Amino acid sequence: MRMTSLAALLSGAVFGVGLSVAQMTNPAKVLAFLDVGGAWDPSLALVMLAALTVSALGLRLVGGRPAPLLAPTFSAPSRRDIDGRLIGGAALFGIGWGLAGYCPGPALAALAFGTREALVFVAAMAAGMWAQGALDRWIGARREAAMG
Amino acid sequence: MEHFTPWSALAGGALIGAGATLLYWLNGRIAGVSGICGGLLTWARGDTAWRAWFVVGLVLGTGLYAASGALAFEPRDGWPLAPLLAAGFLVGFGTRLGSGCTSGHGVCGLARGSRRSLAATVTFMAAGVLTATLLTPLWVGG
Repeated sequence: MRMTSLAALLSGAVFGVGLSVAQMTNPAKVLAFLDVGGAWDPSLALVMLAALTVSALGLRLVGGRPAPLLAPTFSAPSRRDIDGRLIGGAALFGIGWGLAGYCPGPALAALAFGTREALVFVAAMAAGMWAQGALDRWIGARREAAMG
Repeated sequence: MEHFTPWSALAGGALIGAGATLLYWLNGRIAGVSGICGGLLTWARGDTAWRAWFVVGLVLGTGLYAASGALAFEPRDGWPLAPLLAAGFLVGFGTRLGSGCTSGHGVCGLARGSRRSLAATVTFMAAGVLTATLLTPLWVGG
């Protein structure tokens, strides 16, 4: 096992404990936050606030270093443009999130519970991810063919 | 507000931020779960193992916490199949199209001051609130 794999395992585990302490892995709790028409539960706003504060401090501190400990360079996205893909994708994701109360991290973490619904959700999510990539490749191939 | 759990929310959120910081500090990678997971669908030499291990870590972290008996809720099971399947597909498709989810845009992106992530977060939050508020009563029979 490579060191970067061990590091990813450790980071994922800390992240995964956090998701369940915060009850992000409880889709009923997530829906109680997103559904403002019922008995509204603001807890998830505090999860976001704490996660954001710690990572803003952490990423800034780490980003000041010349390189990460186990890799040659930092790989962070650098795009600044706001386009239709970004907004359209975020909208579709939001609709899906509101339909069941799972976003990707908590859904994967919830596999630990062994519930049927976590398994079904993750399978459907993988299919959606695959379909998006396949659609992109199909459009790319058509565009190339059209350009001759 | 009877189910408001401010302390566990803050503690859990801080751990999520700590996990994201750890991954950036050690591997120089942003902890965006949809991106990490999406990268697993195509095999790339030297870029697959860490992704898989991060996902294993997520499951292990939550599994160990649940095994310790500290879980404050009974895991839900039995959400109606149609919205569950549609939800999974839309979350997968949408996060890849929009290059991120709650962790990549909502936590790491905002923490890095990214305008793209701010636009994405406002959009998926609004869509999530609208969808859940309009449709949740259908599934829970409220």
